[in-house]
Order: sequence, then C-alpha cells, then structure tokens
Amino acid sequence: MARSYDRALTVFSPDGHLFQVEYAIEAVRKGTCAVGVRGKNCVVLGVEKKSVLKLQDPRTVRKIVMLDDHVCMAFAGLSADARVLVNKARVECQSHRLTVEDPVSIEYITCYIASVQQKYTQSGGVRPFGISTLIMGFDANDKTPRLYQTDPSGIYYAWKIEIWLKASNYGDYFNKDGQELSSNTVREFLEKNYHDELSTDEAIKLTVRSLLEVVQTGAKNIEIAVMTLDAGIKNLEIDEVEGIVTEIEKEKEAEAEKKKKPSASTST
Amino acid sequence: MECIFGFTGKDFVMTATDSTVAQSILIVKSTEDKSRALSKRILLLFAGESGDTVQFAEFIQRNVRLYEIRNGVELSTKSAATFTRRELADNLRSRKQYSVNLILAGYDLTTELPSLYQLDYLGSSVSAPFAAHGYAAHFLFSIFDRYHRPDLSLEEAKALMKMCVGELQRRFLVNLSHFTVKVVDKDGIREIAI
Repeated sequence: MARSYDRALTVFSPDGHLFQVEYAIEAVRKGTCAVGVRGKNCVVLGVEKKSVLKLQDPRTVRKIVMLDDHVCMAFAGLSADARVLVNKARVECQSHRLTVEDPVSIEYITCYIASVQQKYTQSGGVRPFGISTLIMGFDANDKTPRLYQTDPSGIYYAWKIEIWLKASNYGDYFNKDGQELSSNTVREFLEKNYHDELSTDEAIKLTVRSLLEVVQTGAKNIEIAVMTLDAGIKNLEIDEVEGIVTEIEKEKEAEAEKKKKPSASTST
Repeated sequence: MECIFGFTGKDFVMTATDSTVAQSILIVKSTEDKSRALSKRILLLFAGESGDTVQFAEFIQRNVRLYEIRNGVELSTKSAATFTRRELADNLRSRKQYSVNLILAGYDLTTELPSLYQLDYLGSSVSAPFAAHGYAAHFLFSIFDRYHRPDLSLEEAKALMKMCVGELQRRFLVNLSHFTVKVVDKDGIREIAI
C-alpha cells in the first residue's frame, strides 16, 4: 500500500513519512564519505574521491568547492545535483555582497542552502536534492571557525566535527535501521579524540585518520581542504596527504604493539 | 564635470579619477573613490549620473567575481571589457538606461601586457594606449599625443600624470582639488601619490 504514497513528492504517507525525501537521504548514504573537523583556529574538510581513470582530467572531478572567498563546501551524494545547488549558493554569495556590501556569514549561506533544499521537498514537479553538504568558513570580523551541515530534507546543524560514512547515522530518520559498525567506531573514535583546542595539524590528522577507515586505497583517493584565518582556503597536495597517511600508519602500528605487550605480560 | 583618465606604461597602467562629488553648485565631498576593482588586476573607473555609476560598477564587479568562482580562472581584461560593453549595450535598449562612462584598466598575467579600454554609455568599447572621459579629454589628448610612449617607466608615468593634473588644474574652469591615482600591474592594484 505504501507504494501509492511515493508517487507524488508532496503527499504524506498515512504514518507521516515523505518517502521521496527519505530516498534522497538514502542516496546520500550510498555516496562517498565526507568529514569535517573544526579545530581551534581552523576547519578541515576531507572527502573520499573516486579514482580518476588514466585518461581523465582530474581537475574536473571536485568534491570540495569554493562558494566565496571565505566559504568552502564539501558534499556527499549525487554530484550532478550538487552542481545546481553550488551554483545557486555562489550567486547568493555575490548577490548578498551586492545588496549589503558584506560577505555572507556561514550561518546565512547554510540557511540559504538548506531552504533551497527544503523548497525542493515541498513543490510540485521537482525532486529533492540527493546531497548532504558540509559548509565551512569564517565569518567577517570573527575568528571562530564554523562548520555546518545540511541534508536533503532542509535541516541544518552546527558541528564541532562531522562525518558521513557509507551508512552514516541519521538518527532522525533511520533510527530503526541497523547501522554499520564502522560508522559507529569512527564516530566513537572522533568523539574520544576531539577537543576544542585542536591545532591545525591535529585537525588535519584527525580528518585523514577518520577517512582512512573507509578509504582503502590511501592518499590518492583523499581530498583535503584546510581553512585558516590567515592563509584562507588551501587544498593539500597529494604528497602532503601521503605524508600524513604514513605518519598515521606508524602511530597505529605503535599503538597495536603497545596493546600486545601488556596483554602478553599478563598472560605469562 | 568629472574627469577620469588613464594611460598604459611599459608593464602597468596608470589611472586617475577626480575625487569630487558635486551636487548642482555644491561640493559634497572631495575624497570619493570613483573606481572599483573587478578582480585582482582589473580596475574599473566610472563617471556619469551619480547613482547609476556605483550601481552599475558594483553589478559588474560582482558578476566578474561570480565568473571567477564558478570557473576557477580570472577573466582577461579584454573579456571583462567585452562583458561590460555587452551589459551596457543591452541596458541601453531597455526602458531606462544607465548613463555611465567607463575606463577599464588591467594587466594580464598570460600575455604580460597592460591594456586599457574606453567604454561609453552608448555601448562603444575602444582599446587604446590612453583614454579620457568628459572635459578631461579636451585638455589631455594633446599632452598624451606629445608625451605618451608605450614603454614609459613608472617614474616617467608619474611625471606625465603630474603634467596632466597640472594642466587640468591650470586650464579647466572647474576646480578639481584632488585626484586619486592608481597603478595596475602584475602585483595588483595600488594607490600612489604623485
């Protein structure tokens, strides 16, 4: 019976669900991984990027995009949908500057993106955006790094740290669904390791480390963008990411050895 | 009564605008900047109807920036001039047009050449080694014809700029006390004192 309620987007099912919106969130869950970490003076976005074919130009495959000089966005889900949303957001950024002569605040542009996404869950003849976004940046005349998230239903949140994995936990919608173990372990790992005073290097490392949980192929499939107040937006080169990856692997080995030793001593 | 003008040098463009805002017979302000940076190395000078000028310049400024963010490349001076001219020409054929005269000064990193465009409210666009709008043109073109060379050094350009400003202040009926002089080169746009 449920089928008859997911034809038209704007029709609720009897138990109060909008199926198309939930399917859109499903599309996000099937998408690639994105992580955002907020440090003391910086924000870091990291995404898993698909391997580029040998003859393809890697320049055209971007998952972290600039919205304005001080705003950066990463997304998970359908890239084609993202392009439309990015376009609208970029126009809004410039339009805001034109009307009030100030750059947009990060909350404002997040709210704008979320309301566009919401509009597409309530109008006829459209379908929702199959993407969730992470938005990072600094407000004008303010030193606090900001990190926000929006999802296809049009909700937005401010975050200290955020991660989506292949099955990320959207408690609001999928609390009955079984979540993949990896998502929870990484989340627990992040919650344990996060503190408000993260330095830029620590924040980058934390981002890469959480990405490595899902990215098997290592540095070449990781894209990292770092934003600090002084240096602005900077995309890390592949050798820099590789350096961090090897560093993390060493740390992990050391940790594993540590774990082994005490257990060995107790057993003897 | 407004004066905007500029000329190219060896690897830069030097521009000047008068800094006076006048309403009827009254001087309202004498420190106004009648230019907007379209990008890091493109400067737009404007003169004309006072509301229209800033409105149009900022509209162009935001659109050029939008283009840069969307495409990840900077516009060349020529492209920016073509876009601006097109906007003016389209606007001219609307019900109420902008009456704005413009000079576009830029330095292109790809060609490593400075360039200067003179645009008027009727939608014409001319690339020239020197340009002037308004009454300034009557006084300055003879100076440019006599003293301008395409390979001017910065010091020579400053001397030429002094000559231009001096001529305007000596011969022009309207008292223009202060000029804002800017240089566009490979390092960007900066204001200089002459």
